[in-house]
Amino acid sequence: MSEPGTSAQETNRSGRPSSQNENDKVSKGGRSSGPATENQPHQGRALRVALFLLRAGPLLILMILIVVIALITPVFLTTRNIGNVLAQTAVISVLAVGQLLVIVTRGIDLSVGSTLALSSVAGAVVFRAHGSVVAVIAAMLGAGLAIGLFNGILFVKGRIPHPFIVTLASLTIARGLALWLSDGRPIQGMPDLVRVVGGDSVMGWLPISSFIVAGVGIAVWLLLTRVVWGSWIYAVGGNPEAARRTAIPSSAVLISVYVFSGLTAGIAGFLTAGRTNAGAPTFGNLAELDAIAAVIIGGASFLGGRGKVSHALIGAMMIGVIRNAMNLANLEAFFQLIVVGVVILIAVESDVLRGHLEDKVRLIQAART
Amino acid sequence: MSVHNGAPLLAVRQGTKRFGGVLALDDVDIDVYLGQVLAILGDNGAGKSTLIKCMSGVHRLDGGVIEVDEQPVHIHSPADARALGIETVYQDLALFDNLSPAANFYAGREIAGPHWLPTGMRLLHRRRMTQATRDVLDRLQVTLPDLAAPVGLMSGGQRQAVAVARAAAFASRIVILDEPTAALGLREARRVLDLIHRLRDDGKAVVVISHAMDHVIEVADRAVVMRRGRVVGEVVPSEDSRQEIVSLIVGGDG
Repeated sequence: MSEPGTSAQETNRSGRPSSQNENDKVSKGGRSSGPATENQPHQGRALRVALFLLRAGPLLILMILIVVIALITPVFLTTRNIGNVLAQTAVISVLAVGQLLVIVTRGIDLSVGSTLALSSVAGAVVFRAHGSVVAVIAAMLGAGLAIGLFNGILFVKGRIPHPFIVTLASLTIARGLALWLSDGRPIQGMPDLVRVVGGDSVMGWLPISSFIVAGVGIAVWLLLTRVVWGSWIYAVGGNPEAARRTAIPSSAVLISVYVFSGLTAGIAGFLTAGRTNAGAPTFGNLAELDAIAAVIIGGASFLGGRGKVSHALIGAMMIGVIRNAMNLANLEAFFQLIVVGVVILIAVESDVLRGHLEDKVRLIQAART
Repeated sequence: MSVHNGAPLLAVRQGTKRFGGVLALDDVDIDVYLGQVLAILGDNGAGKSTLIKCMSGVHRLDGGVIEVDEQPVHIHSPADARALGIETVYQDLALFDNLSPAANFYAGREIAGPHWLPTGMRLLHRRRMTQATRDVLDRLQVTLPDLAAPVGLMSGGQRQAVAVARAAAFASRIVILDEPTAALGLREARRVLDLIHRLRDDGKAVVVISHAMDHVIEVADRAVVMRRGRVVGEVVPSEDSRQEIVSLIVGGDG
């Protein structure tokens, strides 16, 4: 798209009579020589600032949000309330980090909420049958891995056109399995370790689940920034066709992101089961939408290829803070839904705007060379 | 007819390729020499793209052989071609717009370790990849505004330069370029042509498909003209031979 504009600028410039160039008061380091570049250093800087703001946007908004809410409601910044926010966002955060990997490859995983429920029920069933802590945890994580593998293999090897379809199917399948395994009722009881990790705090306020979130976040951050597999994930997300022409094992990479996402759903099931001391088929209802919203709000691109762990965590925290603030302000839950929806729209619109501004930057680059 | 530096680096002998009933390559002979730029000219459907796709492993010849250093070789996949030191830049450039030039260079062939780990689990040597990329770009005098920026933020010419430099970095023998200046403005095309000269001086053989006669005359040491799957002539491109080339392409009196 940028090429026609580029060449138009080129011809314009070379088409100008040279006397006019001399009349122009353009002598910025002798680099720019014509009207086309006259305003560009300035314009470029403005663009760069706008782009910087858009990229830093989610973090900035989160910080402004925190300051404003803290000024309005002093309760907000008490350790106890911060602990609440962290505990309430732990599940969304973990799910969002898994969802991020899928979204970077241009996919989507709708099944994570149901997988969370299945995972909690699987753990509860094993515990009821006097399984050890290890067996309970293995059942929970294993359920997540299994659904993830199912999604990945069906999408890639079954050549189903879009992961939306596969994960929509496994959304209902996993929920159905959870209902079937539990007879449609919550199953009480979890091992001590699971209850402590999911529900207890240190120093009276800092939830232990926050450490799990941090651990998952750091692990995925390391994967994405330090490990070869992580750079393959970005490559497959950035240009699937070009990735296929390299030695990158594209199919395995695609399958793996659904496995990672399933695993995070298993961990989220673990945290939910620990906090509630139960496994229930109703857990995690619509949690997939929170996870997707968090990734998008946080600033990852829905078009794939671009997104960091920090995006997922910032987005999750933003949703948590908004909900918490509205609770503190005694606003009805209806408003929370509306606000989160509006924030999603703002986030996607700024992603579109970012792409638009980046096109402009590209045009200016072309004119400068 | 032209200056040859000894034996050809790569040669296609009696190359034939069929797509169903269509004879896309018909008994094609081509010689590619080290330190030369060879242009392949021809109208649409003349077989240029098919020829370079056979050389780069996308297609397989139905008949005839490809020789590298006068030895017959089997190029059955892009990986085979790459292993022989042949890199190709297609018109779509196959760049990862979301990644930096260094990540683009090394996508699928990352510098990483330790070696006892499976490839995918190795840790990236990011600094080494960035440094090696910078070295190649410097050597080819490609200037980019920001080496850390994703290539999606770069202009058409810069992107082309990154794609060409990437091919040059990994091609020990031959760089094949498909219409490298087609989408570029005047000045950007100029830079890419200079880059092609530097590739040649860097000790590579360069094969270029182009429609732009001015660019061919400027950059190519030899030009092979194809028509309907056959090689119909070889010319040393110059202003004087322009008319001859055009008539070979359209088949006026050739």
